[in-house]
Amino acid sequence: MIWANQLIQGVLLGGYYALLACGLSFMFGVMRIINLAHGSLAVVAAYGLFVLAQRWDVHPFVGLVAVVPAMALFGWILHRLVLDRSARAGELVPILSTFGLAIVLDNSLFEGFGANTRSLAPYIDTLAYDSWTLPGDIILGQLPLLTLAVAVALLAGLHLLLARTALGRRIRAAAQDPETAQLVGVNARTVYAASTAIAMMTVAIAGAFMAMRATFDPYTGPQQLIFAFEAVVIGGAGSLWGTLVGGIVLGVAQSLGAQIHPQGFLIAGHVVFLAILLARLYVSYGIRHFIRSLRRGPA
Amino acid sequence: MSLLQVQGLEARHGLLSAVRGVDLEIAEGEKLALVGANGAGKTTLLRTLAGIHPVAAGRIVFDGVDITEMSAHQRCAAGIALVPEGRRLFPVMTVEENLLVARSAGRGGAWQLETVYEAFPQLKEKSNALASHLSGGQQQATAIARALMTNPRVLLLDEVSLGLSPIAVQGVYDSLRTLLETHTTIVLVEQDLQRTLDVADRIVCLLEGEIVAEGAAAEMTREQVMGYYFGNRQPATPQATLA
Repeated sequence: MIWANQLIQGVLLGGYYALLACGLSFMFGVMRIINLAHGSLAVVAAYGLFVLAQRWDVHPFVGLVAVVPAMALFGWILHRLVLDRSARAGELVPILSTFGLAIVLDNSLFEGFGANTRSLAPYIDTLAYDSWTLPGDIILGQLPLLTLAVAVALLAGLHLLLARTALGRRIRAAAQDPETAQLVGVNARTVYAASTAIAMMTVAIAGAFMAMRATFDPYTGPQQLIFAFEAVVIGGAGSLWGTLVGGIVLGVAQSLGAQIHPQGFLIAGHVVFLAILLARLYVSYGIRHFIRSLRRGPA
Repeated sequence: MSLLQVQGLEARHGLLSAVRGVDLEIAEGEKLALVGANGAGKTTLLRTLAGIHPVAAGRIVFDGVDITEMSAHQRCAAGIALVPEGRRLFPVMTVEENLLVARSAGRGGAWQLETVYEAFPQLKEKSNALASHLSGGQQQATAIARALMTNPRVLLLDEVSLGLSPIAVQGVYDSLRTLLETHTTIVLVEQDLQRTLDVADRIVCLLEGEIVAEGAAAEMTREQVMGYYFGNRQPATPQATLA
């Protein structure tokens, strides 16, 4: 039953990775921008919640009422001032500009808060460690379960937004063909700014759960970015539900890796990520080659 | 008074001047056809009017307002819609979603989902099909219907018959008949000269980015237009005016 327990812990961990990755996936799907400041932005949101909790005793879930809109506003401004201009300069420029932004954010946090590690766990009572024990010594942590539920709800919400609302249709139109979207009256620039704001709202929520489940410091962002990036690539870049699958695959790999060897947690995750990436490249190449040979016919 | 005025318009592709010093006045309700060989600047002119190709020089005035600096979505809101060459549908959206995007972003008016489905009944049957799964004719009908959903005052049609079978072309033009009977102003680029002459009130011939002739469609023959099409800069008849 140890393996079953590890499997379930992996699925729950995958929920956190999916939550962390959905904003990254959303931005890539809509704007084809890989936001290298994604992890650092989640840490910024975590510090915002930490300040509210420490200074004014605001519960982190209540603090999200202020931090989520603040991050949305930050996202809008970020797009207008940085991403929009960089995207016009070429596909690689947003990668460089968000990389630069991550450095600025990390070091600004270091200047403001020092190198001490923090956590929101002390501010959520016993939720940080409460759990249910199922038959066979399978442990279901309440916070990991809540994280998975929030990830599913958030992805479902984004899915509904894209599928059922006028804003969602405009976002999809601008994602598929920005020039034609403009021809039918869609202001692609505004749509992209709104998409960045939405992505930052998900980042704020991810930052909250990151800070509740573990400790964080000003340089936690890049590590979180790697996990989010791996989840997005495993699940298929730009696919929302694929992000959930990618997160779970990564979480399960890490959890089972940790069971095999104490050092196996990170290694197993990276190995699975690379294996899936390579398999995709080769399978995709193989299928294209096969179709081409069918078209050519027998020699 | 003209609804759309183009004054000394120039547009470039890099160093190449694709539209050169074009002056044009289009009256409300007029059906104007632009003809010319490949590379004459027809598509670039339409794209410049729609706002997705930059103006290098000159100005565009729409309903008395200078729209030269306006972006494409602002021009759409003002009442200019382009059906682009190659249809350019949103492939991973259904027919209805393609139409609804235009409704939510464009102007309000008579063209709604119901009226568009009346004009293009084949689209109602395919409303839940992905745009990429449609035949060429159905895709073209969707592209025209999508432009109509913005309730344009000027509709720019670029090569609506390109790449379609003769039956599909006939179907598209049958659907267009309702539109042609309305007061919507149309600027048409079409390779099929006979259809152009049947549909248009006025013909403008472009050669190497310049207007070389224009005249009433009823007074121009297919042969005269063909002459300009293949580079004849001299007026073939007294009715056709050398630009």
